[in-house]
Amino acid sequence: MFMPKLIMIIFFLSGSVQANDETYQALGAPIDQTISHPELNLTIFPDGTGLPEGSGSVAQGKQLFNRLCISCHGQGGRGGSAMALTGDIGSLNSAYPEKTVNSFWPYATTLFDYIRRSMPPSAPFSLSSNEIYALCAYVLSQDAILDENAVLDKTTLPQVKMPNRDGFLPR
Amino acid sequence: MEKHHKSRRQFLQHSALSGVAMMTSLPILASELTKNKVSTLSSSMLKPGGEFSNYGTPSPYEKEVIRWISANSDVPGNGVSWTPLHELQGTITPNGLHYERHHNGVPDINPDTHNVVIDGLVDKPLNFSIHHLLRYPQHSRICFIECGGNSNENYKTSPSQASAGYAHGLVSNAEWTGVPLALLLNEAGIQSSAKWVIAEGADAGALNVSIPIDKLLDDGLLALYQNGERLRPENGYPVRLIVPGWEGIVNVKWLRQLKLSASPAMTRDETSQYTDLQPDGKAQQFSFEMQVKSLITSPSVGMTLPDNPGTYQVTGLAWSGIGKISRVEVSADGGQTWQDALLQEPILDKAFTRFSIAWQWHGQYAILQSRATDESGQIQPTREVLIANRGKYSYYHYNAIISWEVDELGDIHHVYA
Repeated sequence: MFMPKLIMIIFFLSGSVQANDETYQALGAPIDQTISHPELNLTIFPDGTGLPEGSGSVAQGKQLFNRLCISCHGQGGRGGSAMALTGDIGSLNSAYPEKTVNSFWPYATTLFDYIRRSMPPSAPFSLSSNEIYALCAYVLSQDAILDENAVLDKTTLPQVKMPNRDGFLPR
Repeated sequence: MEKHHKSRRQFLQHSALSGVAMMTSLPILASELTKNKVSTLSSSMLKPGGEFSNYGTPSPYEKEVIRWISANSDVPGNGVSWTPLHELQGTITPNGLHYERHHNGVPDINPDTHNVVIDGLVDKPLNFSIHHLLRYPQHSRICFIECGGNSNENYKTSPSQASAGYAHGLVSNAEWTGVPLALLLNEAGIQSSAKWVIAEGADAGALNVSIPIDKLLDDGLLALYQNGERLRPENGYPVRLIVPGWEGIVNVKWLRQLKLSASPAMTRDETSQYTDLQPDGKAQQFSFEMQVKSLITSPSVGMTLPDNPGTYQVTGLAWSGIGKISRVEVSADGGQTWQDALLQEPILDKAFTRFSIAWQWHGQYAILQSRATDESGQIQPTREVLIANRGKYSYYHYNAIISWEVDELGDIHHVYA
């Protein structure tokens, strides 16, 4: 009677992990790190980590914006049904603060990250890297954060100093 | 006990005697029963009922008890739906009524092909299938999830007259079951430089946010079940993060990846959104904890008291992202005097607590309020204090006392008091 039980227990515990008095089998499958996984590197960090190759200019961005974005975001990135993207720099401590990309967002890298994963809402991830760089350049140029001849790429985008870069209180 | 036994015996003896009496005069009694009682019996007792169902749904008589949807007309998948807290009792939100916040619709995800990856600053990046996650120890906990923007209409100058749930119901409470994140993070091997986790969803927007790793190791859960059944699609099927007590946005639904990093990613939803703008123009970032809060769910705005004079059960919900609720007081005079309400057990950490207190109304003008205190000693502020401290444009984390005005006719309105 005793022996079969003991064998069962050994059978149950072999090859398993014990943590916090719990016994379970570690089932995570290792990922092959010798191959690149673009689908696991969608997040772009403020230092530019994650930014892809490619580039885009203000002029290219204006064309794209007027074709793809203007219906929701309005002329020049204002006045549409979606949140205003441009203008209102310096308004944050006024009686009518307006949180636009250019008045509020602390990092320009966030703009690339968010456009790529979310915009346009009908087709996320449909824009090329060149197109996204161009759209970032156009939006930022509307408040002279960039000049009209600017070209953005993975080196220059993280170098953009947003007007409200120091406007956030950390945890 | 003895008394119960005795009375039961007496009841049985009595019934036996009645049975004999009925037997002896059955024909007459039966005809009288048929003639006299049928017309007064409910129709449900006179014919067989409906069919069994494979999955139950609420009574058709309850069809008005619904989530209220508010979405962007150009992007209908971007919006919220509110839990009808004013129609519910107890503390558990039914799965079909749990509040929603979607940024681009509810994705259709096949669990057979969905995976969760843990990578970044780990010794061994790992991929977990849903089938594998289901084989880990399953832990359950009851907790609320509240959108950081819940109640934010109350920052506005004039008080909204929306029903209680449709103004404050971006909060719900459920039992979530799944795998403690500590097990999975430790399996991957956390490197000492890892301080944050970038969580990402598999929706059409791939929502991403940064969460301090210490919190996830403390009580983060990879939830697979909601109130005993697998997650609803709108609540993250097949797998979501549960970060107890922290604002809804970090409880990432449709979770596909946890990337460990040394610093936050500064994503859109932790910079442009879900940061609290102060009057000086600075914004508080990563204000994760939802503060102590309570709400009288009944009687509440839009309702009318039917009896004058009458006795009413003033009841509502209290919760805190810091810990357990320790006290809820109720006032009927706009906060001049307070009485302790009864707290319904169990009182759980970072979960809804139901409170109630009986109230006599005899036609007087009244302002009903509730004020919660949590075990850390935090007390729900008045609106005046909250606005003075935070300004009108903070937008998030509104937790001030909520006031229902009862007029002399018994009609109830929302007021700032």
